[in-house]
Amino acid sequence: MAIMTTIGIWVAAFFTLCIFSFLYKDNPFYKFAEQVFVGLSAAYWLVYIIYSIMIPNLFAKLSSDFSGNLILLIPAALGVMMLMRIHPKTEWISRYPISIMIGTTAGISMLRYMKSDILQQVTATMINPFASGSVPVIIGNLLLIIGTICGVYFFYFSKKQEGISKWPSKVGIWFLMVSFGATFGYTVMARISLLIGRLEFLLGDWLHIIK
Amino acid sequence: MKMNILIERRIIFTVLFIAVALPLIFPIGWKTEVSGYTQMVYDLIESTPDGKVGIISFDYDPSTMTELQPMGEAMIEHAFKRNQKVILTALWPMGVQMAEQALETVLKEYPDKKRGVDYVNLGYKVGGMVTIQAMGRSLSEVFPTDSRNTPYSEIPMLDGITRLRDIAWISSLSSGVPGLKEWMMVARDSHDVPVTGGCTAVSAPGFFPYVNEQRQLTGLLGGLKAASEYETLLGRLGSATAKMDSQSIAHLLILVFIALGNIKAYTTKRRKG
Repeated sequence: MAIMTTIGIWVAAFFTLCIFSFLYKDNPFYKFAEQVFVGLSAAYWLVYIIYSIMIPNLFAKLSSDFSGNLILLIPAALGVMMLMRIHPKTEWISRYPISIMIGTTAGISMLRYMKSDILQQVTATMINPFASGSVPVIIGNLLLIIGTICGVYFFYFSKKQEGISKWPSKVGIWFLMVSFGATFGYTVMARISLLIGRLEFLLGDWLHIIK
Repeated sequence: MKMNILIERRIIFTVLFIAVALPLIFPIGWKTEVSGYTQMVYDLIESTPDGKVGIISFDYDPSTMTELQPMGEAMIEHAFKRNQKVILTALWPMGVQMAEQALETVLKEYPDKKRGVDYVNLGYKVGGMVTIQAMGRSLSEVFPTDSRNTPYSEIPMLDGITRLRDIAWISSLSSGVPGLKEWMMVARDSHDVPVTGGCTAVSAPGFFPYVNEQRQLTGLLGGLKAASEYETLLGRLGSATAKMDSQSIAHLLILVFIALGNIKAYTTKRRKG
């Protein structure tokens, strides 16, 4: 077991270094690691789908109680119809499961997104900014209201924004710029975190320099 | 001296590499200020009475575990500390292993906690939002057994827990879809269960608007920094805290690089113009 773990760590370290080598320039080690990753991922997902989704949710249920799980034959048939895409002559059959999937997903998502992303978000902006009595909170609330209104106004394209009507749009741009800056900062943090994770592995698990 | 842009890139990568590696080898121990959003997450679990059941959904895979795993460990520990019971689940296939790994780490400090009594791993379920919707009706239908094939009805801590409304709080540690947003849309906005969670730093700005007056999200842990803040609140010297020195140094360095880049762009423009 310990030997297998050690081999695993060395293999992982090798592939990490292969990927890092791209920072110097594109090279065969990087290409090798990339191809292995693609192949492994595809194989992993295939095995996972069969053993963790298909068998427990379909085959196991049908084999244990076929008559009680007849309804499962419908998604099974739709799945088989989807596979018909493989052959150009039978490709048209896959349109039916795709259309069912798109219709169901759109129906479910429309209600949810309408409530969570529009109604709840708009309601959260309809607040009394002075209710708390605390100056920082009042400033924050005012910025929230002004930022939302001006940000939405920036995307109002039905009328040319000129004269006095261009000012809310300009304010909207400032708010958008600040949000882009914050997003960039968070993106940097995320990427550095990935580097930290890999270095922690190389220096800790592989080289044992850190605990 | 005029430098090739490729050489410049290599210098930047090397300096960044060293700047991140050195604090990992020689920790500085800088303190982290706790933000309001992290405090909200902490307060939600802290204010939940003893014995209540929470859900932690591990909706990520190893590629983002540097940021999200410390959050998972800290949240499990917090729930154990407050004598709450936790259901671990996953909307991502590899989330099951992530959950087990986090449990293993926390159980070293809480060896008396028992599977089935204080915690349970219900495993992965495909379906995302539809699965959460089904959990709103019946948890046992979605998870007839836990990840070790113990039937739902034979798990003592799940006695009386039939649907999402019986859960005190839900936390999703999310690195994409399905994840935190799906939990919020169904569990919070439809079933009125408090939803909190953590996400990778890159997706944090997209989630902040949901921490609002409507309490769509009760706080948010955004990235490694928030994980370290949570550890600070717990008084735990966890893996996120240990990595924050590197994070801080790297950020300072990037600020310097941005400043140098701007100076260079300005001088080049002046020379040409």
